[in-house]
Amino acid sequence: MTDLILQVKNLNKAFGGVVATDHLDFDVRQGEIHAVIGPNGAGKTTFVAQIAGMLTPDSGEIIFDGQEISGLSAPERSHAGLARSFQITSVFPNFTAIENVALSIQAHDGHSFRFWTTAFRDAKLIQPARNILEQVGLADRALSLAGNLAHGEQRQLEIAMALATKPKLLLLDEPTAGMGAEESEIMRQFLLGLKGEYSIILIEHDMDTVFNLSDRITVLVYGRSIATGAPDEIRSNAQVKAAYLGEDEAEINA
Amino acid sequence: MTITLFLEQILNGVQFGVFLFLISAGMTLVLGIMNVVNLAHGSLYMVGAYVATTMYSLTGNLFFAFVLMVPILLVVGMIVEIVVLRTLYERDHMDQVLATFGLILFFNELVRIVWGVEGLGMNIPESLSGSIDIGVPYPSYRLLIIAVGILVSVLLYVMITKTRMGMQIRAGASNRSMIGALGINIRILYTVVFGIGAVFAGFAGLMAGPIISIESGMGEEMLIFAFVVIVIGGIGSIRGALVASIVVGVFEIVGRSILPYILLQLVPPDQAQTAGPAMASMLVYILMVVILFFKPQGLFPARTG
Amino acid sequence: MLSRLKIWVLLLSFLFLAVLPIVAEWIGEEFYISLVARMMVFAIAAMSLDLILGYGGMVSFGHAMFFGLGCYSVGILAFYELTNGWLQLFVCIFGTALIGAFVGFISLRTSGIYFIMVTFALAQMFYFLGISLEAYGGDDGLPIDTRSEFFSFFDLSEEWNMYYLILGTLTACTLFGWKCVNSRFGMVLRGSQANLVRMEAIGFSTLKYRLSAFIISGVMCGLAGFLLGNLTEFLTPEYMHWFRSGEIMIMVIVGGMGTLFGPLYGAFAYLIFEEVMAGYTEYWQFYFGPLLIILVLFAKKGLWGLLPGKENLGDD
Repeated sequence: MTDLILQVKNLNKAFGGVVATDHLDFDVRQGEIHAVIGPNGAGKTTFVAQIAGMLTPDSGEIIFDGQEISGLSAPERSHAGLARSFQITSVFPNFTAIENVALSIQAHDGHSFRFWTTAFRDAKLIQPARNILEQVGLADRALSLAGNLAHGEQRQLEIAMALATKPKLLLLDEPTAGMGAEESEIMRQFLLGLKGEYSIILIEHDMDTVFNLSDRITVLVYGRSIATGAPDEIRSNAQVKAAYLGEDEAEINA
Repeated sequence: MTITLFLEQILNGVQFGVFLFLISAGMTLVLGIMNVVNLAHGSLYMVGAYVATTMYSLTGNLFFAFVLMVPILLVVGMIVEIVVLRTLYERDHMDQVLATFGLILFFNELVRIVWGVEGLGMNIPESLSGSIDIGVPYPSYRLLIIAVGILVSVLLYVMITKTRMGMQIRAGASNRSMIGALGINIRILYTVVFGIGAVFAGFAGLMAGPIISIESGMGEEMLIFAFVVIVIGGIGSIRGALVASIVVGVFEIVGRSILPYILLQLVPPDQAQTAGPAMASMLVYILMVVILFFKPQGLFPARTG
Repeated sequence: MLSRLKIWVLLLSFLFLAVLPIVAEWIGEEFYISLVARMMVFAIAAMSLDLILGYGGMVSFGHAMFFGLGCYSVGILAFYELTNGWLQLFVCIFGTALIGAFVGFISLRTSGIYFIMVTFALAQMFYFLGISLEAYGGDDGLPIDTRSEFFSFFDLSEEWNMYYLILGTLTACTLFGWKCVNSRFGMVLRGSQANLVRMEAIGFSTLKYRLSAFIISGVMCGLAGFLLGNLTEFLTPEYMHWFRSGEIMIMVIVGGMGTLFGPLYGAFAYLIFEEVMAGYTEYWQFYFGPLLIILVLFAKKGLWGLLPGKENLGDD
């Protein structure tokens, strides 16, 4: 189907005797926000790693934008239009915020075998970087070292760097990790604004974010997808409740 | 190149491999568990040789020399660990490399100051200076080294796989961040591991005494081989160190003697004359390169975390 | 921005180097010319290492290998009476680039400790190779009878010419180095050191860049070796011993890792220290060893870090 930006078929990954990904089928429709939730140990991290290209699946297909990408390296996937943000903040601490974003832009602006001109004085890199920083709301922190940014700002920078690569699909790994209520709300509004223009896979623990933002939710338990559907369907799915949402039922129904 | 000569070279290779194992076992454990590159490991080997020789000339008995060497090396090792290595655990590898490089300089000069610039000589004890017929006549002393080496390897293997401490060491070698979580006292474990490594290296020095020249800088020759062994065998893996040591040992010794012979068959003598030794010295490194090409983590990588 | 102070220090330093021969002759101490020439050679070597060490995070313990190779390209060709400097230079650059590519390709597939050990062992391989080449002196070394001949009017056997050739190379390399570490290429290098995984995730295939940096660094170090061979008129495998790699690394640290200019001063400082200390005691390394340990543990910023003024990226 051409309106699927990502199609994962029968993905399998085991480490020694431990099955991390178990005959997983998964897809993402163009422009939707598709959240992936599951208890700890459900295999979310392994799943993300296989899509991003950091881990090779044992078997299965990953079809991105009509192309089989299982054999592609992480940089190649980035150039194909897949961008990710990291669960543990992974910015370049000794570069300024704008330089962090400029670096992402540089990665997609031809080769970097340029030895003479100063990189970050190049308007071709700096201008778009500034635009993206404005988009995520970090324009006033452009010249601060990324390492000196507040945690929430760093998470925003994470996403800015992903956006700078002009992706078709965003793989966001717990974007609100470590954020307080207010910051999370700002992030949520921002992500809502991205919907439609980008397709998003959202790995999240924060149920507010998941249920308010997602078009669809997939629940992962022991590497297997036990349910996929719209938030309401998931909310009322008995299996899901049993496996995962039990303790959080009060939170969601509130 | 007769069969006898060839067999003798193989045995020499095994004996050399045993040396290498004694030295690299400690080093791979330290590297695997404490994640520290210790360039001065060769220095421990050197100190072992010097101390053992001195003890031997004092007591006239190889066994006593060994018994006296062990506590001395243990203490030296533990002092080095406490004073220098401890500060390096959190540091990156380059800091460790440079700091332990400083240790090498220190020890190299220390032995020259204490024992003089000339170096020492140790003779093979009378009782061991003959040869034994094992199909071919082979020097008793070297046979002893092989026998002792096998014994020590078995001992080490048993200790690592069957004892509790050994289990902790293996756990630490494969996933360092876990051992603290398991409630094992890291500091003591580290000091003990380092001390054990020092004793083994010192023991290698003791055994090496009679058959090599004991002088300042002798540790560094072995260091390079130890590196190759660890890289080939896989960091943190005792089994890897054992396999790699024997392989490297045999490769080096046999290669050196066979290669000129092979070359003589293929190229004119004067070319073989120049190329022979040159290629022989490169053999082990070519081996390392080839193995790394297919297995960048070595043959038996132990580390996962 | 490089602070005003740092810029002044640099300019004055180069000015000092430029007039040194004149001053030396004037005060009648001509040996200073070759002394400082030698220090400049090591300054180039140290800076070349900083490119990959300080900026790229590649802890290569084998840089002495390139140094020696550069030296050998002069020595061996001179041995066969091929004293044309251009030919020797070509062999030097081509040879070090090739070896750099080979060594880099093997070692950069590994990382961390493996990388250190592999570069170490491979460099030693070349050292042993050098020793076993009896035809070229083995471990006794080989005298180089004639210095490289570039232009008929530029006779390198004149000490001043040799000195200014070295100074010129130092200046050119410094300029190139500075532009390089602030260029797009330099940014990829720095980013790879900071967070390799992230670099790959945003779309950089980092291996080819790091390999290139390794090669460039090796070639630059080879140039230093080329100059040293000419300066000392002597060739020995000892130039390739891993101890030399260690010394170059020390120079980088003493001067300040990742600053490009620091290592220049680090080289000078180390060599001056060595000269002075060796005059006092034969066992000077006994004191230097612990000093090095203390330096590594407590004084990482090096000499260049003593000067005030932060550097931000993207400025020059």
